[in-house]
Amino acid sequence: MTEYIIKNGSVIDPTQGINAQKMDICIKDGKIVDSVSGNAKVIDAAGKTVMAGGVDIHSHVAGPKVDSGRLFRPEDKLFRSPMRKSNLRMEMGFSVPSVAKTGYDYARMGFSYVVEAAMPPLEASHVHEEIRDTPIIDESAMPVMANNWFLLEYFKNHEIENAGAYASWILNATRGFALKCVNPGGTEAWGWGLNCVTINDPVPYFDITPAEIVKGLIETNEYLQLPHSVHVHANNLGNPGNYTTTLDTLKLVEGYAPKSAFGRDQVMHHTHLQFHCYGGDSFKSSSFESKSKEVMDYVNKTKNLTIDTGNVTLDETTTMTADGPFEYHLTHLNHLKWTNVDVELETAAGVVPFVYDPKTYIAGAQWAIGLELALFAQDKERCFITTDHPNAGPFWRYPRVYKWLLSAKARNDVIENELKYGDKVVDTTYIGELSDKEISLYELAQMTRSGVAKALGVSHMYGSLKTGMAANVAIYDIDPENLPSDPEQYEKAFTNSFAFFKDGVLAVENNEVVNYRMPKKTVWVNSIVPENKQVERDIRDKFLKAYTVDLENYAVFDEHVHNPYAIKVDITQ
Amino acid sequence: MTVTVTLTKQPELYLEADQITPDVFAGKTLDEIGAIFISEGKVKYPLSEFATIEGAAGETAADTKIVLKGDWTKVKRIGQQMTAGEIVIESDADMYIGGWMKGGKLTVNGNVDSFCGIAMAGGELVVNGNAQNHVGSAYRGDWRGMTGGTLRVKGNVGNDIGTFMRGGTIIVEGDAFIHVLTHGEGGTIIVKGNIEGRVGGQAVKGDVYVNGKIDFMMPGFAYVDDVECEVDGETAVYAHYIGDLGERHSVVKGETVFSNLYLKK
Amino acid sequence: MQETIKHVACPYCGACCDDLEITVEDGKIIEVKNACIIGTEIYHHASREGRVGSPRRRQPDGTYKDITYEEAIDFTAKMLIKAKKPLIYGFGSTNCEGMAAAGRVAEDAGAVLDNCASICHGSSFLAIFDTGYPSCTLGEVKNRADVVIYWGSNPQHAHPRHLSRYGVFPRGYFTGKGYKGRKVIVVDPRYTDTARCADHFLQVQQGHDYELFDAFRMVMHGYADKIPAIVAGVPKEKILEVCEIIKGGRYVHIFFGMGLCHSDGRNHNVDIAINLVRDINEYTKCTIMAMRGHYNIAGPGIVWAWQFGFPYCIDLTKGSHAHMNPGETSSVDLANRGEVDAFINIGTDAGAHFPIRAFEKLGSGIPMVTIDPSVNMAATVSDVHIPVAIVGVETGGICYRMDNVPIQYRAVVEPYNGILTDEELFDRIYERMQELKKEGWTTDEGVWDYATPLADVRPVKEVYE
Repeated sequence: MTEYIIKNGSVIDPTQGINAQKMDICIKDGKIVDSVSGNAKVIDAAGKTVMAGGVDIHSHVAGPKVDSGRLFRPEDKLFRSPMRKSNLRMEMGFSVPSVAKTGYDYARMGFSYVVEAAMPPLEASHVHEEIRDTPIIDESAMPVMANNWFLLEYFKNHEIENAGAYASWILNATRGFALKCVNPGGTEAWGWGLNCVTINDPVPYFDITPAEIVKGLIETNEYLQLPHSVHVHANNLGNPGNYTTTLDTLKLVEGYAPKSAFGRDQVMHHTHLQFHCYGGDSFKSSSFESKSKEVMDYVNKTKNLTIDTGNVTLDETTTMTADGPFEYHLTHLNHLKWTNVDVELETAAGVVPFVYDPKTYIAGAQWAIGLELALFAQDKERCFITTDHPNAGPFWRYPRVYKWLLSAKARNDVIENELKYGDKVVDTTYIGELSDKEISLYELAQMTRSGVAKALGVSHMYGSLKTGMAANVAIYDIDPENLPSDPEQYEKAFTNSFAFFKDGVLAVENNEVVNYRMPKKTVWVNSIVPENKQVERDIRDKFLKAYTVDLENYAVFDEHVHNPYAIKVDITQ
Repeated sequence: MTVTVTLTKQPELYLEADQITPDVFAGKTLDEIGAIFISEGKVKYPLSEFATIEGAAGETAADTKIVLKGDWTKVKRIGQQMTAGEIVIESDADMYIGGWMKGGKLTVNGNVDSFCGIAMAGGELVVNGNAQNHVGSAYRGDWRGMTGGTLRVKGNVGNDIGTFMRGGTIIVEGDAFIHVLTHGEGGTIIVKGNIEGRVGGQAVKGDVYVNGKIDFMMPGFAYVDDVECEVDGETAVYAHYIGDLGERHSVVKGETVFSNLYLKK
Repeated sequence: MQETIKHVACPYCGACCDDLEITVEDGKIIEVKNACIIGTEIYHHASREGRVGSPRRRQPDGTYKDITYEEAIDFTAKMLIKAKKPLIYGFGSTNCEGMAAAGRVAEDAGAVLDNCASICHGSSFLAIFDTGYPSCTLGEVKNRADVVIYWGSNPQHAHPRHLSRYGVFPRGYFTGKGYKGRKVIVVDPRYTDTARCADHFLQVQQGHDYELFDAFRMVMHGYADKIPAIVAGVPKEKILEVCEIIKGGRYVHIFFGMGLCHSDGRNHNVDIAINLVRDINEYTKCTIMAMRGHYNIAGPGIVWAWQFGFPYCIDLTKGSHAHMNPGETSSVDLANRGEVDAFINIGTDAGAHFPIRAFEKLGSGIPMVTIDPSVNMAATVSDVHIPVAIVGVETGGICYRMDNVPIQYRAVVEPYNGILTDEELFDRIYERMQELKKEGWTTDEGVWDYATPLADVRPVKEVYE
């Protein structure tokens, strides 16, 4: 394999405490090494920023619901797709890009690893088919578990070992990565057209509450000693006044400590927090208000929590979530088309297009709240930047979000010139009191690299430039010693990295994707638990009586998992 | 300033000519216009390979008129996304004539195929013959159909006239088949001939005037009263129906806003 | 030696029953258990005399002569490169791996890529584009539904095990009484064998389902009093009676078939059905599902949506971007209008299914290749016929059931005479096209912007474990 030396770049690597230090990075055989031979190809990075490849903790990029979003929105392609580059495949779609555009755009932004946020276990092989066809990036997928009939029954009876045995079986059967919790109990209630909007609403028939489900999942997760914590999307998403539900959910971590050999400190990751920090009782500016400060005050003082933001990008996009009742609610608000898929015994999903129109008050307020979370976060190793792609905006808008965080000027420009109700937004949110606040490039690296990898339990693989790590390295046209006065430069630089190495292969060179044939991994967790006859019997029984596929056809066949890379976690040792 | 483009050679398949607009022609020399690409499947040709070009283009789209002579029956997308100026097609033409048109005037002295005036936003589109389906309709999946402008078809039209329409006017002087103003959310459609059925189905808002007869009325339209209306310059008495009662409707100042169907008595 | 392979999924209809047991002996299938009569036949067909074991080239006198795979692949690759607008159509009967490989070929060839939905549930796609698709997996119907509606579909003939596995008879988690606990409503112009199983049968006037849906929706919107005495041949009282059953249901599900998407108005019949589902959800839970025909006809829509963003009728000729607009880019319209100049018929039979006028234009004037295990009508007029392994019998792969649930198929015998799978064949056509492009092959006239070969676009394969 070719050797490379990235010379004279300003390196930012929070895992080694390196902040804009001029140094060389050497790459050999796909890894970062201390030195290379004189034959190494030189990449001149003088006046540029060098970071580890980015890590995305929560993005809907592959699987049935994402693909429904692509399929039912031809208008998302019309006049809104970039024209194909001569050396690449077609790149179709604005808010829900084709798999080729997904891989290329992440590479352009310098991202190496993306976690698909919601995999319905029954449809796992669909997710893996899409991962196979997505170029360049490594991927994982999180099976959705918080409305699973097996777990609801085990949690009701406080059978954590049984829940663990079942969850372990699901991780192995689906080649999944972590336990995802979406609208606990509420999505099962949606099977009857109902919902759970507080953590104490009983789930119909199953006689259990969302609080008990979340606690059960935390206990199961720590029992299995998984790399990542339970990954939570709480009840009552998107509704005015929901911040109390959010605080109630976050407080469920109290008394729990992580049990994992993979270095994480949290027992719960709460995702797309922006959608969960609303006060008031309606979407009118006379009532609606930001509660980001109240929520972040709790997050800041609670060390066993991590969050990601879910920043609104003020685009026309496509919402999609396993929170079925929420999407039904949304289609009633905007009257746009609505796709729904309830998945037997497991979960549901809904998809609705949505326009975050800067001419509306509410889109401006949501935009502000997402930014507030990142600005209020005291420990940037515990707060990550996402757009809950494509829910609050497409992932390829991250650089725009970075711009709004790195530059107060850019943010104030939106309030003054882009938002129609900027004044009202300032009145009802905290964005005004944060008007001088900016994050540093070092903090950005924490929020997109080191912190994310740590929370996912993959800091041994991603998010660092330490010697021996896989050579996932991004170089950006930004000089930390001479930061751009025009904030647009941030967006431009992070949208099209100057160069990006994926596993030691140049994927992006001179701001263009030049190669998409490099190793790519499907990272999954091989969880090993003690034999459990009870759970084996329960599984056989449910497949006999309730599922519509045979048990023997349920687990993803080996030939349908592509480039698998297992992280083994054996709790029997 | 007028450019006359005469088609001298017929394609084996069909040509796509979305570059034939006053916006593209404006400010170009005849040679530059001749070098504009038109495509046949995956292959591109300079326009001059299929046509002779005479006259001169104006400096801006607004003062550029394009006259298309010869047989344009197998050419799609003429006038697509035009914003100003004028196009006259002196023959039949194929699909998407005046599609996504924003301004200016486009006249077809012949028949057109489907999708003419699709998602039209402004300007004036006149078809002096018949048009096929999806006249002034929305692109697949888009809830934003025609939003402005005037689209007049002198002859007959097929199905899906003004689907997802939100604004502007469509006038059909002949007959229509089925689905007129389906999913309408605004705008006006006038059909002077007869319609087989499905007028205003799933319409939220918008007005339809029908001078002929409707074979099958939607059950969701209810008779209100007789009113005198001026329709395309002529005044007559129409039976006024509201609907679609099977569809959602907004309430403005305590009043439910329906779609209106006016059937000439 | 006899061997029985269990949990085999069936390559016949969109119900994708995956509980078949196939007994084989010496590479021949000798017994099929659990399948319906049509599924059973597909397995026996594989072991019958007269299979084509080699690609064949049509001779000037109309007879066929065996050729090698190399020759067949070379013919196909050159045809695709030289054509200005080749059409690749079919895919009702193959796996998703083959569809993904075909997508790569179509993009590289600047072709139009279309599947059998184009003449089947394609109009349902149009409705889904406009209105969405509030649906579920079949297990939700089995476990929860107490009101089941079959509208314009006759599964007793087209999906023989549908009623017993999913829709009417099964006992599920919340439906322990099975069919005794379900109300079944059938709406159809004909008194079908499915209608015989119904508690309520509404004989809708052919071509007027749209008006009947409108009346149902009027009830849901509170305008029952304004409904005319008879709508689409159905008396108002009957409409009101059925609507009361729907409103009173705990979980209502509508299965719809080609009676909706292939009568006048097509997509709008489905579109208004979906809007009725939205309305019913104001009263109780309701979902809807298309009765997809072939076992993997949901597959190409899914695979091509992730590749190109569109499920069918995908015009890739521009090279720079994909364009879809059924009515223009749909196979029958393209054929009727004489808008394509080369044709690949794959995993279907355009000869049997297309209107004769449309097929005449494909079968006579332009080069044509058929890729199919059997000698079907299209194969009999093709320049080249390339046999491939039968999915679900001779090769496995992923197929999507009518509810878009991926079902993993199994091979029960080796491919006959060592013939290739669809994926292998398309990957070899792709390789050959790259070679030809490198040699400078391009279209005969005009400028083709994408005549230069790309780096390999096939998925990377790495082994880490």
